[in-house]
This record gives sequence, C-alpha cells and structure tokens, in this order.
Amino acid sequence: MPAGTLYRGREGMWSWVAHRVTGVLIFFFLFVHVLDTALVRVSPEDYDKVVSTYKTPVVSLLEYGLVAAILFHALNGLRIIAVDYWTQGPRYQKQMFWSVMVLWVILMAGAVYPVLGHAARVLFGS
Amino acid sequence: MATEVSTEDAVELTGSSSAYGPDNPAPVIEPPRARTQRSPRATRTNFELYGWLFMRLSGVVLVVLVIGHLLIQLVLDGGVTKVGFAFVAGRWASPFWQGWDLVMLWLAMLHGGNGLRTVINDYAEQPNTRFWLKTLLFTAVAFTIVLGSLVIFTFDPNIR
Repeated sequence: MPAGTLYRGREGMWSWVAHRVTGVLIFFFLFVHVLDTALVRVSPEDYDKVVSTYKTPVVSLLEYGLVAAILFHALNGLRIIAVDYWTQGPRYQKQMFWSVMVLWVILMAGAVYPVLGHAARVLFGS
Repeated sequence: MATEVSTEDAVELTGSSSAYGPDNPAPVIEPPRARTQRSPRATRTNFELYGWLFMRLSGVVLVVLVIGHLLIQLVLDGGVTKVGFAFVAGRWASPFWQGWDLVMLWLAMLHGGNGLRTVINDYAEQPNTRFWLKTLLFTAVAFTIVLGSLVIFTFDPNIR
C-alpha cells in the first residue's frame, strides 16, 4: 500500500474516495457496454441474446448499482466544479456534499420502480 | 498595521544596483520555472492544465448526455424491457441520436481514460508498472473509441 493515502477523513476525503471508486467502476462498465453494443454489427439475434441477459433480475440489480454510481459521480462532479470555480465553493463544500447526498437518495428512490420494475415483473409475474 | 516609512528606514540603492539605468540595463533573470529544452518532459507543456480543464468541461456535457441516455434506456417507455435490435435501429435512424451517442462515446472514454491515468499515476509506484498500465489503458481507450465510432457510422438496420 502506498503510504499516506488516508488522511483527515470526513466529507472532503470520502467524497474524493467515492468519486474515484465510482469513476473506475463506470469506466469498466463503459468498456463492456461498447463491446456489447458492437454486436449490432454481428447480427440482430446475437445482440438481442446479450441484451436479454440485461433484463434478468440479477443484472437489473447491477443496473441499479450502475445508476447509483453514475448519479453520485455526476452530482459530486458538479460539486467539484463549484468548489473550483465558485468563489464561495470551498467554504460550502460540506453543505454541497450533503446536498449531493440528499439529491442522490431522492433520485435513487425515484429510480427504484423504473429500473427494478422489470425485474419485479419477471420474479413475481404480471 | 500600516505606518509611514520614515526616510531613515527607506532602502537606499547602493553598490552595483545603483548603476543600472536605461543606458545600462540590469541583466535579465530567467523565471525559475521557465521551460527550456532541458526541462523534464512532464513539465515542458501545459498538458496537465488542459487535462484538468477537459475533465470539468466534458463532465458538464456528460451529465446531460449520460442522464438523458439513462432516462431513454432505463426509465421511459418500459425501461430496459423495450431495448433490442429494433429499438437501436429506430434510434440510429436519426442523425441526431447518432451524433448524441458519438459525442457521448468520445467524451466518456476520454474522460474515463484521463481519470484512470490519474489513478495509475497515484497508485502504481514502479516506473515499469506505470508504463505498462498506461500502455494498456491507452490501447483499451483507442480500441473502444474506434470500435464504437465504426459501429455508429456503419450500422446497417437491414443486416439480416
């Protein structure tokens, strides 16, 4: 382990850690996602076969996790820009972090039905 | 506290500095961070500054493009249920959505690639490890951008 990568703690550091982790996760998903979409150049059947696995309940749960990572990275990214460019940004970085978290929870609650609804219908019928 | 500087405290030019004037200019002193041919490669250009700026500019655009993409693919009109070859064909029939996906692909890969480059620089300590991880990263990013662009431009709805 490189020395000195843990310091201070609190909102500033943990948002930085979460930004890194979500960023790396999204990058790896994006790589796979371009590969799976490239199957439209192979055949409609191959593409539809792979996309059908995206509609299974387990992968739907992973999709919900992906949405969680993307929304956090997007909202916290806007907070970073505000810290960099808004003169009052550094002073209010904690308040902005908690605003990001509140907005994130609301959006994630709103995403439950649209993203997981399909999985629920597969599992419980109708 | 600001107090008046008395004439006795004022700095008096003495020695060689007093001899410089319009007719005898002082020698030019290079700024300590001036870039020369001998500067290390990493500090010879403003690459890191432009990278930093790119992360912010592309980030703002990606928030719009990616959240729009998520709404279309996962939320509106039955969510992921409707996604399939026919759905992709319908969207890419429009140059607008082709352009949307192309810009999103390029910005996201370059944004993610530069982010991972930062992560590698931070955690990989051996010069060899850093070199090979960054080579691998560059290859993956270039491959993904080229493949994705080709797929968008050469998409054929009547492939079968």
